[in-house]
Amino acid sequence: MKRILVGIKRVVDYNVRIRVKPDGSGVITDGVKMSINPFDEIALEEALRIKERGGAEEVVVVTVGPADCQPQLRTALAMGADRALHVQADGVVEPLVAARAILKLVEREEPLMVILGKQAIDDDNSQTGQMLAALWNRPQATFASKVELADGKARVTREVDAGLETLEVDLPAVITTDLRLNEPRYVKLPDIMKAKKKPLETLTLSAIGVEQKQRLKLVKFEPPPQRQKGIRVKDAAELVEALKKKGLL
Amino acid sequence: MSTKVLIVAEHDGAKLNPSTAKCVTCARGITGAEITVVVCAADASALASQAAQLAGVTKVLTVENPANAHALAAVLAPQIVALAGPFTHVFGPSTTFGKDLMPRIAALLDTAQVSDIMAAESPTRFRRPIYAGNAILTVEIDAGTKIVGTVRTASFESAANGGSAAIEKASVTADLPTHTRFVSVSAAKSDRPDLQTASRVISGGRALGSADAFKILYSLADKLGAAVGASRAAVDAGYAPNELQVGQTGKIIAPELYVAIGISGAIQHLTGIKDARTIVAINKDGEAPIFEVADLGLVGDLFQIVPELEKLIAAR
Ligand SMILES: Cc1cc2nc3c(=O)[nH]c(=O)nc-3n(C[C@H](O)[C@H](O)[C@H](O)COP(=O)(O)OP(=O)(O)OC[C@H]3O[C@@H](n4cnc5c(N)ncnc54)[C@H](O)[C@@H]3O)c2cc1C
Ligand SMILES: Nc1ncnc2c1ncn2[C@@H]1O[C@H](COP(=O)(O)O)[C@@H](O)[C@H]1O
Repeated sequence: MKRILVGIKRVVDYNVRIRVKPDGSGVITDGVKMSINPFDEIALEEALRIKERGGAEEVVVVTVGPADCQPQLRTALAMGADRALHVQADGVVEPLVAARAILKLVEREEPLMVILGKQAIDDDNSQTGQMLAALWNRPQATFASKVELADGKARVTREVDAGLETLEVDLPAVITTDLRLNEPRYVKLPDIMKAKKKPLETLTLSAIGVEQKQRLKLVKFEPPPQRQKGIRVKDAAELVEALKKKGLL
Repeated sequence: MSTKVLIVAEHDGAKLNPSTAKCVTCARGITGAEITVVVCAADASALASQAAQLAGVTKVLTVENPANAHALAAVLAPQIVALAGPFTHVFGPSTTFGKDLMPRIAALLDTAQVSDIMAAESPTRFRRPIYAGNAILTVEIDAGTKIVGTVRTASFESAANGGSAAIEKASVTADLPTHTRFVSVSAAKSDRPDLQTASRVISGGRALGSADAFKILYSLADKLGAAVGASRAAVDAGYAPNELQVGQTGKIIAPELYVAIGISGAIQHLTGIKDARTIVAINKDGEAPIFEVADLGLVGDLFQIVPELEKLIAAR
């Protein structure tokens, strides 16, 4: 079956104002709104559109994380994914561990394509897709803003520093999404009800044979240095004077 | 154990990207580090001599192959991995080039990557921003583990010229895949300074309202010799091309002067400009969050203020 695997990471919602715990051991996540990583919503939306165009028959969402990730998987099912796979893991899941776990599922599911976000907005790592592609020995097309499929190949437009780059990759391949790939659909209430009946399989890292190595010790978390509050000027002329005084004009 | 850093050079085939000189500065911050730059290209000679001039670089390795004409991560990664053996660290810039390539290298080396290094406190201890820069995390890796890192270019000055490193051709035996092919790149040609290295940047947001209106910022930028940037909202709406986006998921910049015009100052935008020396905000809403970080704030209508500014600056 032509299948697309989509990575879903549960993260602190992008609207939340992040605060570092006073003891520097982490950021405050208690009682904070959690959501699907925004780039993963875009990844799922793209997979659903490919399926709706007839380019795939099944969309499977995957998450590696603790038990409380399941609401996000249910949301993904409500958006339209057919099945969910939850690889349970407590504690820190580094990108290489996530990539190894997803690779195990890739070997089982044999997808046409894996779509992940370009970065998770909590750790801002931007690593997992590239690592998966390396371990799988398959192409990667990161930071995608357009994906076209034809004849077992994908033509992917990527947002790079210079502008837009187009690559052609043989399938299967890993694609990571940028913001302008699409606008994810909203979840409708009846779909939330339907999603409750969709299959959600729970696995564990050890059951799929992945060791949860943590290579980076998290020594401390600190708030960023604050900028000094500046001054107000009343008009353009005052602004120009102030810039001259600073030696900027 | 001695510290040996391999830096993967970023370039466009003719010129070294300034990000490479910033990686060199980051590596020089590690006491006793011996720095090698590797240039993978179709024709590496001119690039290698540029890299050899960077102060602090001991050696430049060149890997020439027609397959390296365009930077494809899947093609470059096995070549870098083949060279990585003797090195303790493999660094690249945290640009789209390095973000694409370095994790592929890390996975093949079966090691972790430290993304967006803003400071190297020791050979094994690094500081990096997380949560769009709302927290700074210090990480530590066991000595003896090979470290792959991307360097947050806005955190470092460029290494100066004046070096004279030895240039050596490296012979690499690696299987290069053909499953990934370069088709094209559409880089807008412009005479304006490059956004990532400009000392002055004028940025516009959703308030500009159209691609046509956005042009008033180009005009102002030209009077100042500034680069032009944009918020995500302005790019999404098609007022400005994607490569101008500044922020968490766009470019992270550190100009002397940053002027935010009609930009509200969402955290995702602010993380891209935290290292600017002076921030100026022009916004009609005096409560906009951009004013919390602005050194100079002007409340008013941009469509009135920008032409006035341009006149005053032209007359200066
Ligand atoms: C995962 C994720 C990643 C993101 N990454 C980025 C990123 O990298 N960069 C980024 O910029 N954003 C990013 N965003 C989006 C960010 O959250 C904001 O939505 C965006 O920055 C808003 O752009 P803006 O300030 O131009 O628009 P708005 O927030 O709509 O602000 C427009 C401002 O213009 C002012 N204004 C209106 N008319 C006038 C006038 N005539 N004169 C003067 N002022 C006027 C208004 O008062 C307002 O403050 C990201 C969001 C998400 C979810
Ligand atoms: N634990 C995880 N479970 C599922 N997908 C993940 C996980 N971690 C990362 N990903 C995917 O990889 C992308 C990039 O994450 P990162 O490399 O952490 O920035 C995310 O947008 C997800 O699509």
